[in-house]
Amino acid sequence: MIEPARRWVPIRFGELWEYRELLYFFVWRELKIRYKQTALGVAWAIIQPLFTMLIFSVIFGRLAKLPSDGLPYPVFAYCALLPWQLFAFALTEASNSLVANRSLLTKVYFPRLLMPLAAVSVGLADFAVSLVILLAMIAYYGITPGLVILTIPLWTLLTVVTALGVGLWLSALNVRYRDIRYTLPFLTQVWMFATPIAYASSIIPPAWRPYYALNPMVGVVEAFRWALVGGAAAPGVTVAVSVGAVVVLLVTGLFYFRRTESTFADVI
Amino acid sequence: MAPVIQARGLSKCYRLGERERYGALRDSIVAAVTAPVRWLNSKSNGESGTGDRTIWALRDVSFEIEQGEIVGIIGRNGSGKSTLLKILSRITEPTIGSAIVRGQVGSLLEVGSGFHPELTGRENVYVNGAILGMKRREIARKFDEIVAFAEVEPFIDTPVKHYSSGMQMRLAFAVAAHLEPTILLVDEVLAVGDVAFQKKCLGKMGDVAREGRTVLFVSHDLTAVQVLCQRAIRLGHGQIQGMGPVAEQIGQYLTDTRAAAPGELDRPVQLFDDLELLKFGFSPNPVQSGHPATFDIELRAPRTLRFDEVAPLIEDTLGRRVAVIDFRLPSGLHEVRPDKTLRLRATFPSIPLIEGEYRIGLFVRSGDLYSLKWDIITLDVSPKPDVEIVPYRTDIRGLVALEFSVTSPAADTVHSSRV
Repeated sequence: MIEPARRWVPIRFGELWEYRELLYFFVWRELKIRYKQTALGVAWAIIQPLFTMLIFSVIFGRLAKLPSDGLPYPVFAYCALLPWQLFAFALTEASNSLVANRSLLTKVYFPRLLMPLAAVSVGLADFAVSLVILLAMIAYYGITPGLVILTIPLWTLLTVVTALGVGLWLSALNVRYRDIRYTLPFLTQVWMFATPIAYASSIIPPAWRPYYALNPMVGVVEAFRWALVGGAAAPGVTVAVSVGAVVVLLVTGLFYFRRTESTFADVI
Repeated sequence: MAPVIQARGLSKCYRLGERERYGALRDSIVAAVTAPVRWLNSKSNGESGTGDRTIWALRDVSFEIEQGEIVGIIGRNGSGKSTLLKILSRITEPTIGSAIVRGQVGSLLEVGSGFHPELTGRENVYVNGAILGMKRREIARKFDEIVAFAEVEPFIDTPVKHYSSGMQMRLAFAVAAHLEPTILLVDEVLAVGDVAFQKKCLGKMGDVAREGRTVLFVSHDLTAVQVLCQRAIRLGHGQIQGMGPVAEQIGQYLTDTRAAAPGELDRPVQLFDDLELLKFGFSPNPVQSGHPATFDIELRAPRTLRFDEVAPLIEDTLGRRVAVIDFRLPSGLHEVRPDKTLRLRATFPSIPLIEGEYRIGLFVRSGDLYSLKWDIITLDVSPKPDVEIVPYRTDIRGLVALEFSVTSPAADTVHSSRV
């Protein structure tokens, strides 16, 4: 049955499930292409966070002497850079996913949600590689992570879902307003400084922290640090607020995406 | 048994700015940068837009198709054929109306859009198969058959970028042809490869129908439509103009296109708003193939308008684009003022078209306003009278009459220079 869309369009999870193989192929294709076209291939997954970490260590750790909650600054920074790079990559890729695949979009039908979904999933491969590096670093600095390290998959999921929530909004908007593409680098940069990556969130006044945590990446980064290198108490309130923000982003993003989906092929 | 496709009052309306207007002539970068401005404009203008702000690509189209039928859809460019297929394949939604489609739909709208040059033929077969809706196991099962059909066995593990375009198309079509949907939508895919391969494709589509599946087939190639289909739907200006046995519909279609347009503009044509087309045509008309000609256009409006684009479009009787007379200026814009009509003339040292009838349409754009009119006039090109050899038949000669001279480069000079 083909009909004009109503105002609110349900998300057809059943259909998404039916198309799971296509999702797999999209991810597979992206990975293949990336490693075929780049000379260094998988090394990029290591080089990027490693160099950023080095730069941060020198500038913010050594020169600016930002507090790192008593941790060695490189570990402190890398713990945060890990989810951040996953987020930034997934967000950028997801936002551009529809426009980058416009020739497909205008010629074949599949649930459009697959495109941003595939885009955020691709980042997980790089993430896995750089996670190994981090574990090596932790061992090198003689830090023994507790059992809480087993919660890492949960926080990884939160990172990906955050990227997806924002990515759904931006990818759908990008179809109509290509300005999104130009604002993305700027947005991620500002966002990075709004997230406790180079600095510890302890420098934020306690009264402000719940609002600060409305930036979901605050919760993500805190949780990652907590899970990997311990620290004091679990960042309960922060994570709870961040998860709330993510849920709102994701649900509104899904609905906005579904509502505009039917016009993608006409507008793009 | 209920029909597999039941369309009821399908209509599709494109609002201006919703579809990339006339993609080929439009600089998409400019479009991207001006998007917020246009957005603001459209907000402030509200609904006060002119009639030309919407285009009905499809209007009140209803039909039924039974299982196992092969139905051709014929009509000129812009008649709504592709929009119809896009709606049926769920790529885009109708504005009004509905369609009931019973069964799995596979669409072959420009095959190979999912190919990536860096991936090997094998990898692309899998990805493209999945995009077209095949399961991984299904692709694996048919893999050898697909590769054999495309005749690319030795190169299947080579990146597709090293393939010739013919090989790429053959592989893409082969994947699509091995889909097993109950309803197959096909848009202009037979412009693929050489004659032998085209025959193979036609045969494959015949098989598909014999297996009880339904095919909806859009093509400019009327011969292919006639061979393949029993029934045809004739579209024009987004509406159904006729439906019935294929031979009858093709005959009617050809009669219609012949009677379409005069040789000269007999009265002013209204473009958007108050813009009028006063003069539009070739001189002389008919013109002899290979002879000089001029083309004049005159536009008038009671206010000042600046034109980003003025582009007469030349098409053959089947609606294939032959050429665009691009009047854009490298710097600045053409302009009409209340006191000054815009007169433009293109001078052709020779008309390089083979004999036959051509339709001239016009695309004009001024900022957000635009007009696209088909079939405003007809250009008659008469054959060269002074030929020394009998020319090939027009249907196999293409559209362009190239001018050239024939010599035999002296063979011995080549030899001597090599020694």
